[in-house]
Amino acid sequence: MKSRIAVAIPTVALLGAAAFLALAWRPAIAPVEPPQRSRFSTESIARGEVLAAEAHCASCHTRPGGERLGGGYAVQTPFGVIHGTNITPDPDTGIGHWSLEAFERAMREGVSRGGSHLFPAFPYWAYTQLTDDDVEALYAYLMTQPPVRETKRANGLPFPLDVRALQEGWKLLFFRSGRFEPDPAKSGEWNRGAYLAEAVSDCSGCHTPRNALGGERREHAYEGSLIDGWIAPALNEANPSPVPWSQEELFAYLRTGVTPFHGATSATMTPVIRDGLALPIVPDSDVRALALYFSEMANASARAGGAEAATQRALATSALGIVQQYDPDADLHAGACMSCHYNAGPAPLAARPELALNSALTLSEPTNFIQVVLRGIGANDGAPGLVMPAYASLDDREIARLAAYLRRTRTNLPPWSDLEAKVATIRREVAAAH
Amino acid sequence: MTNFTINGRAVWVQSPADAPLLWVIRDELRLTGTKFGCGIGFCGACTVHVDGRATRSCITPLVAVAGANVTTIEGLHPEGRHPLQEAWRELQVPQCGYCQPGQIMQAATLLKDYPNPSDRDIDAVMAGSVCRCMTYPRIRKAIKVASARMRGGETSDSPA
Repeated sequence: MKSRIAVAIPTVALLGAAAFLALAWRPAIAPVEPPQRSRFSTESIARGEVLAAEAHCASCHTRPGGERLGGGYAVQTPFGVIHGTNITPDPDTGIGHWSLEAFERAMREGVSRGGSHLFPAFPYWAYTQLTDDDVEALYAYLMTQPPVRETKRANGLPFPLDVRALQEGWKLLFFRSGRFEPDPAKSGEWNRGAYLAEAVSDCSGCHTPRNALGGERREHAYEGSLIDGWIAPALNEANPSPVPWSQEELFAYLRTGVTPFHGATSATMTPVIRDGLALPIVPDSDVRALALYFSEMANASARAGGAEAATQRALATSALGIVQQYDPDADLHAGACMSCHYNAGPAPLAARPELALNSALTLSEPTNFIQVVLRGIGANDGAPGLVMPAYASLDDREIARLAAYLRRTRTNLPPWSDLEAKVATIRREVAAAH
Repeated sequence: MTNFTINGRAVWVQSPADAPLLWVIRDELRLTGTKFGCGIGFCGACTVHVDGRATRSCITPLVAVAGANVTTIEGLHPEGRHPLQEAWRELQVPQCGYCQPGQIMQAATLLKDYPNPSDRDIDAVMAGSVCRCMTYPRIRKAIKVASARMRGGETSDSPA
């Protein structure tokens, strides 16, 4: 009996592994000659340019100081470093030999021309929803970009995570292919916004929390996530901004990077706005559609009545600490922050980000507040023309006191815990990154 | 090499990316009107404009202003006759003078945002600009004089 089990178990395991590998296997698609520009219509290339901007391909496929779309950008994942590839039509180091069929398979199924699985740092589960026309337009655009010769960089994934065939397992668990389906009960504008958000821009990629294997937790869609050490806030009704994200506010924010009633962009969101959704390539109508989709997701219209009251409450706190009152925390704020963050009535100015209206103070964790105070915001890191200096010269206890002071005077929310330790941790991470 | 514009002139500087802008301005570009007071963003003596807005240059790293427009006290007005500078001279605001370039640069942003500032507005926006010689009453008065002139002669009737 024992000997039969001793034979049966490894036999079953081997059969299982063989079945898995058979499942994971994909054929190579024959290479083609790099297509001539004349093969593509001007409309298709132009459409592809808009889509490539909105899908912010360049942000993962261009390394700092490298040529556009030439790859080499290091994506930091919890599993190791994955480098974005060269998606220019260079025949040797890029995708010059990829047919439309190969490109489409990569976009819709996450498989390269050679048949190997792509790591899910590439969001093919979003792109699988693209229309055929849009995939063709993206192909047309990419194949007509200047070829860049840049050799692929090795990834930093430990064994066995670097075994591409194992991605089939990830796909079995987390990936469902399929085209985007418009909701007939919703307007054309809403559906356009939904399509852009879900299939093109992959907003969920940063704003939906992930599980331990890196899959999105769809049952908590758009409830926010931690990205590169910053909180990407919830975009649904759990969004903690005191003033709701109406379509107008969202449009202004996605177009300019700053609004008077919410504040300014920073960190990973900045390139999305500054490069991805920017004029002159991306039209107002697309940004408006995205704004509508998310303002409805946040149920902004239901909260619209409270916007004015929230604003007036915020402005009432803006001048706290002007009069000498021997409150050392208020003095700290008055000395370091007030000259730029004070707002007189009746409405805040965009160039004076009103802290009491900023999600940095109303998120459940002080992460974003601490990050901004330590790093500041450079001329290219946030809204154009708005620079904040770096207050890393304040020690951990001082930043903790500031955070606690602003949290208790500007919000009615429970105090943050372990502030000093959190400042110290983030300070170490910021220093390590430089 | 970092490139930005200072007082309308394009410059390329050698200082490292994390060098405080204050030292780039004073040591490399030799514009010494901007002063060092505390080095931690608490006194305002180092105040310059970045893209037109008052910023503490002692805690602004050089990399933060790459490609931006920086204005120092020397560049606030081509002939030094910004209404604030004229009011400062008329009212003889400075005593030792050390904090005054920073005060003027901060006041310029105050008037941009609040062309007719109340005493409360002045207190709040000038809160981070300290003066050891205590010229505050003259600073406040000069701001109001400049504000009235910039608005075409109307007087401010905010409470003292």
